[in-house]
Amino acid sequence: MTTATTIDLAFAVEDAAAHLYVWALKDIPQDLRDALDAARKRETSVTGKRVLETIHRNVNIADSEKNLVCQDTGIAVYTCRVGEHFPLHPARIYEALKAGTGRATVDHPLRSNAVHTLTRENTGPNIGYRLPIVHWEFIPDWDGLDVKCVPKGSGSENMSFLKMCVPADGVKGIKEFVLESIVGAGGKPCPPGIVGVGIGGTADYAMYLAKEAITRPVGTRNADPLVAELEDELYGLLNETGIGPMGLGGDVTVLQCHIEHADTHMTLNPVAVNYQCWAARRASVHIDAAGNLDFDREF
Amino acid sequence: MANHTVTFPITDEQEILKLRAGDEVTVQGHIIGIRDRTQIRIFDQGVEPPMDLRGAFLLHTAPGVRKLDSGKYEKVCIGTTTSARMVRFTEPLGTQYGVRAICGKGGFPDEAIEPMQRLGMVYFAIVGGAAALETTQIEEIEEVAWEELMPECLWKFRVKDFGPLTVGIDAHGNSLYHDVQTAAREKLKELYARF
Repeated sequence: MTTATTIDLAFAVEDAAAHLYVWALKDIPQDLRDALDAARKRETSVTGKRVLETIHRNVNIADSEKNLVCQDTGIAVYTCRVGEHFPLHPARIYEALKAGTGRATVDHPLRSNAVHTLTRENTGPNIGYRLPIVHWEFIPDWDGLDVKCVPKGSGSENMSFLKMCVPADGVKGIKEFVLESIVGAGGKPCPPGIVGVGIGGTADYAMYLAKEAITRPVGTRNADPLVAELEDELYGLLNETGIGPMGLGGDVTVLQCHIEHADTHMTLNPVAVNYQCWAARRASVHIDAAGNLDFDREF
Repeated sequence: MANHTVTFPITDEQEILKLRAGDEVTVQGHIIGIRDRTQIRIFDQGVEPPMDLRGAFLLHTAPGVRKLDSGKYEKVCIGTTTSARMVRFTEPLGTQYGVRAICGKGGFPDEAIEPMQRLGMVYFAIVGGAAALETTQIEEIEEVAWEELMPECLWKFRVKDFGPLTVGIDAHGNSLYHDVQTAAREKLKELYARF
């Protein structure tokens, strides 16, 4: 194996980002296809079945026409797991992800959504100040890099909610807030999707964890059995609300509920909700220290 | 729940009055793409839209397009955005411009029910996110106005078999969104009692 230069590696990461962004937008992962199929078979309402059949047709047409599943190319959100010995510094990884996002947007072309938050003027090809957004995790004793791209649509992102419950609200308070949030969101976030819940930590970290939760493969469970039990319970409860596909009423309101948690202060009980629409796009790559790319959807 | 095919722009208001919440509708003819900034320009900045909106079907969209050398736009991926942000424009679209149908995803809150009933308008629910399908149903981008608002311009599309759409709010005071919310709020009380 030859040793990759940092320039080679930066190009490898840029190529990976450009590929992941378009791939994620066109070809949704198998775990999501399976969840949508199960929903289509389970739904009994006329309007709900109409919606889920249309989603099924749409996913197939995106495959056959090689088109985007949804027009909202979103905000590109990446999660990076960086090995301690990966030879490219995160500062350069970030630059490469930004370059790849911009290149994919121009070359395809993809709709550019990025604007200055006050002037609302476009800031570039889905890039701008602090865009794209990257979640970082650092892994000791490893020389690889995992990158996951999650283009996050605004319809679902607008349905994000935070409540600083108090300790006396307990788990009951968490459950009520999640239910209230999803009923209040109604059809706006394109249900049935993935409800991401972040609990514990601080206000900002709970919301960060809620975003982490929506990036997991559909139906995976938190490693902590207590949290996993709450995921199962909320999944069942949310599907009893009757909001249904696209909020038109029905049996299937959510495909899954994923929870990420952190320990917290004795006086805090934060709960954050981040919604991911049914078009829960996600694509990933492993990059080794030599710059070899291994595209993989399973994380 | 009935199935209908309606051609826009409409000239006979019975075309709207026959539609009932929950019905399935397929649309033919011409539809107008519009979004937040387009409507802010019309109503908050007082700029007259350079397209005739009488009897029109408006679609809440900001399409992905490619500009050709001829200056025309070619579709890349056209889908639909969340309607609720734009609910306040419903009444003036009806009274000032004669718009008869608004199509988007996620629905309108209850404040749209009264003006839609009074003005003979409907809200059509499309399947949000199903843009690959929607793009195949748009035959051509015939006109674009206000290109400087790209992609939130005023768009005129010719469509074929556009749908399936669901009548979310009809012109008789019925809203599926209102009914679903009312039932869900009752259900929440029952669920909370279990905790």
